[in-house]
Amino acid sequence: MTQANSKTGILIEMENGLVKETSLGVMTAAAGSEIYALILGNGAAGAKEKLAEYGADHIVSITASGDVSASPDLQAEVLVQAIKEYQFDTVLGTASTTGKDQFARLASIIDEPLVSDCVKVNIADKTAVKSHFSGKTFATLKVTAAVFLCTIRPNSIEAAAAPAAGEMLDFAADAKDPGLVKIVETKQAGDAKLDLTEAPIIITGGRAIKAAENYSMLDACADKLGAAVGASRAAVDAGYAPHTMQVGQTGKTVSPRLYIACGVSGAVQHFAGMKTSRVIVAINEDKDAPIFSKCDYGIVGDIFDVVPVLTKKL
Amino acid sequence: MKIFVCVKHVPDTAATIKVAGAVGFEDGDLKFIANPYDEYGIEEAVRLIEKQGGEVVILTVGKPEAVSTIRGAMAMGADRAILVTTNCQLLDSDLTAKALKAAMDKDGPGDMIFTGKGSVDTESFQTQYRLAKALGLAVVNEVSTLAIEGDKAIAQRESGGGAKQVIEMGLPCVIGATKGLNEPRYPKFPDIMKAKKKELKEIGLSDLGIDVAQGRVTIENLEPVPERSGAKMLEGSVGDQVIELVRILKEDEKVL
Repeated sequence: MTQANSKTGILIEMENGLVKETSLGVMTAAAGSEIYALILGNGAAGAKEKLAEYGADHIVSITASGDVSASPDLQAEVLVQAIKEYQFDTVLGTASTTGKDQFARLASIIDEPLVSDCVKVNIADKTAVKSHFSGKTFATLKVTAAVFLCTIRPNSIEAAAAPAAGEMLDFAADAKDPGLVKIVETKQAGDAKLDLTEAPIIITGGRAIKAAENYSMLDACADKLGAAVGASRAAVDAGYAPHTMQVGQTGKTVSPRLYIACGVSGAVQHFAGMKTSRVIVAINEDKDAPIFSKCDYGIVGDIFDVVPVLTKKL
Repeated sequence: MKIFVCVKHVPDTAATIKVAGAVGFEDGDLKFIANPYDEYGIEEAVRLIEKQGGEVVILTVGKPEAVSTIRGAMAMGADRAILVTTNCQLLDSDLTAKALKAAMDKDGPGDMIFTGKGSVDTESFQTQYRLAKALGLAVVNEVSTLAIEGDKAIAQRESGGGAKQVIEMGLPCVIGATKGLNEPRYPKFPDIMKAKKKELKEIGLSDLGIDVAQGRVTIENLEPVPERSGAKMLEGSVGDQVIELVRILKEDEKVL
């Protein structure tokens, strides 16, 4: 089968009525195949222009009966129906918190292999490249499957415009909720922050941040950069930041185009979570800190001297 | 209450992985540990049993050397263990889930099942979902808070951007544990000694009717990720360094 006549469904993620940048990158990963952008719930009409610009041949607005937002299993059942309806050869999504959960559920239902958190994908060969051993190796995996399922690590494939027709389609699913799990509440974070996993730029504070309130210095810089703020394990363990901000082993895996580590020593476990970032900048007072041997650009200096200047010069 | 905890024997996260051949790695001298996320599952299970009574059964699919990891889990308080042995270095998630289910069927059903949110070797993040599907049970992954109330479990998981979902499900259920759920204990010497005498059953993967050749995911290539080296260290006053950095990020790297 060549890529040209294969059908790919892309699960599009939306935020505040807009298509997430990371979803556009996932469409680019499927370039060359016939692309169906799948949108669960409202928002397809508003997303049409953007999706067509980035390669959607078809845009499918999927509606379902029942409370889809309260049941991840029902969501997966609905997506399975769409996969069967359009007979996709491949279905791709983002390896976000939501995407990883959705794909694992739907892969279990249709009993097909799933390659999670890929940095490269080849639809024609059904192969994908992903991290093994916490970023120390890349594995190329080949799957034998009727439907090739992959989630793509956010920001690992840069979105490229590829104008297509963007034909609007409607699909009404009639799926049953197995009734096993129910989301009863969603607690929003104190102040809405950019999602770390999907942020294009991240600025992280390590142990040298010294106190929780000093993260405001990084927040100010992040605002100028359009960045999310992360923390190292040392900073989380010291109580300076919540675990939701932790980058690295036992925290989040991120792959932004720019990663700025402020006062992070650079343990192997930290690199496990950010090694595939495109550009890594380190700012650290200790010129012998391990992070300087594994970054792209380094500034030796006190973060409390350097970061405010950086914020000003941006 | 009977709780299964699925524990994977994985290379130490601090260890260097040496690729051997096209698709394997040298594991002879490599230090192995319990998958870090699974430890949160072990701790949670042991705490539940300490409160409510019952037993914690460790279930591992791995090479015979995984016994060391299992003994560590027993030293944390698990009562007994089942090791499904295979010589496969990186068994795929689907076969692993099938092996776990078959071992559970043989041992008798559990009231709860814990796994880690994922394993740090293959990073596939799906075995718990496949296991839950095969057992017809509820599954919630990346759980950082858990409460058991009667025959109901209430779990919290992060849903992106720091927001948290509160999810209810009936028991039995499958919980994928992550950091925040608890602080795993360090076993004391007497517990380590006691663990050596606890029951450990071994079953071959093929004795459970599972054929590795049926795997639908094949590793075609495994290669080290090149390490960065020779970072460009900026020089001059703080102001000069920052100006040069911003210029590089804008003009050379085009990331700003």
